[in-house]
Amino acid sequence: MSVTEMFSYIQAFLSADQEIRADVLLQDIRKVVQVLEQTAREILTLLQSVHQPSGFKEIPSKCTKAKELFCTVRTQLGELKNKFPVEQYYRFHEHWRFVLQRLAFLAAFEVYLESACLMTRDEVAQILGIEVVRKKGFHLDVEDYLAGVLIMASELSRLAVNSVTAGDFGRPLRISNELDSGFRLLNLKNDPLRKRYDGLKYDVEKIEVVYDLSIRGLTKEQEAGGNK
Amino acid sequence: LLLHLFINLPRPLHSSSHISSMPVFQQELDTKHDKHERLVKLSRDITIESKRTIFLLHRVTSVQVEGVLTEADLKLDGVRLNIRMMLRSSEERTHQFHRAFTPGIQEYVEAVSFHHFIRHRTLISLEEINTKLVFVKEPEDTPEGQQPMGTPQVLTFQVTPTDYLLGVADLTGELMRMCISSVGNGDMDTPFQVSMFLRQIHDGFSYIGNTGPYEVSKKLHTLRQSLSKVEDACYTLKVRGSEIPKHMLADVFSSRTAMMDQDEGMA
Repeated sequence: MSVTEMFSYIQAFLSADQEIRADVLLQDIRKVVQVLEQTAREILTLLQSVHQPSGFKEIPSKCTKAKELFCTVRTQLGELKNKFPVEQYYRFHEHWRFVLQRLAFLAAFEVYLESACLMTRDEVAQILGIEVVRKKGFHLDVEDYLAGVLIMASELSRLAVNSVTAGDFGRPLRISNELDSGFRLLNLKNDPLRKRYDGLKYDVEKIEVVYDLSIRGLTKEQEAGGNK
Repeated sequence: LLLHLFINLPRPLHSSSHISSMPVFQQELDTKHDKHERLVKLSRDITIESKRTIFLLHRVTSVQVEGVLTEADLKLDGVRLNIRMMLRSSEERTHQFHRAFTPGIQEYVEAVSFHHFIRHRTLISLEEINTKLVFVKEPEDTPEGQQPMGTPQVLTFQVTPTDYLLGVADLTGELMRMCISSVGNGDMDTPFQVSMFLRQIHDGFSYIGNTGPYEVSKKLHTLRQSLSKVEDACYTLKVRGSEIPKHMLADVFSSRTAMMDQDEGMA
């Protein structure tokens, strides 16, 4: 094989590869991910309204609506699955990583609102209609699940503040404390997950402040302590 | 008031399944990080050994070519064993761990193609590199308690076209060194052979241009520098080769290259 032949072989490979990357596959993946992000934003808007003083009474109806939207998410994720060969999951991982973390958070948050308990990775994967085990297909990477849980922690710290305002005391405290002690079991590297975990202690602290206020019956003064 | 407090204590959670699975996550993350670190370590070993092989190959003079080539081949066998070790822990997940071992693989490509050029004066093909990276599967290769199939299986390591290209781009720097030192050894043929070969590779890279990955375009600049050095050397040989006594040629070039090397951080 001459040098010229070798280079045209590589060139052919690269343009085929680029074809895949730039044109067909990636475009497709991006499109589906965009739609997913749209749905995720809708769910977020819906669930965020629980922070409104009136929102607490409407939690059940909001959860029902959110559940419907999660059906759409399942369909859209199903589409995403069919866009690429499953063994290339990590090749394109970056493209849906962000939205998958948000969806994990939303699923966990929805369940928390409903039953005040934490979700396992399996349950989250089930809600999203994806696998837990890599070998079985499109799966929820453990780091993405944990990132989603951490997003929820900061959401709960907000909720703690607002629920005290609404007269519901200290519910999220336990969750955050548990999360904190849970995450302490992990040996994290210096990666985005670590950064996010470092933010958790502030969330926990914030909730504790709110809780302290609420059990001392100082809810009147929580405006001062709980405001950002 | 106290009573009021107790009434308002948080409701107990149904189950804290999340926390009980934390040790599982810990293990999963640790396994992944360990794997990554192992691969990085192996990749470093591959880099070091490949670099040493290249230095060894630079000691080739027309007298003892065969001996050096054989010795270099032995060294490369050692490197291939390391690549085999990498396969053991990262099969089928190359995309997830590619970043960990890509530097080592590029260095290996550089060493192997250098060796090949010295022996055959041609460019080793991607396929030729990959055929040397097929290993017979041994029982201890089977990860995590899977049953091996009845037939003897193979482990194959596939160098990606991009890693191949980047390795070949680095090779050009070595060829430039070889060209200059061969002039010093009074070898009048090698510089011209190298210059022809480099020109072909340069044309190949220009042909790929910016359709390739971003790193390739970066290396193109260095490649041009190496090429012009080699072309200058050949020019000097042609024009003044008849005037300068051979034993002084080395001085002429060493002063030139010293000046040129100053503005360039060759690894």
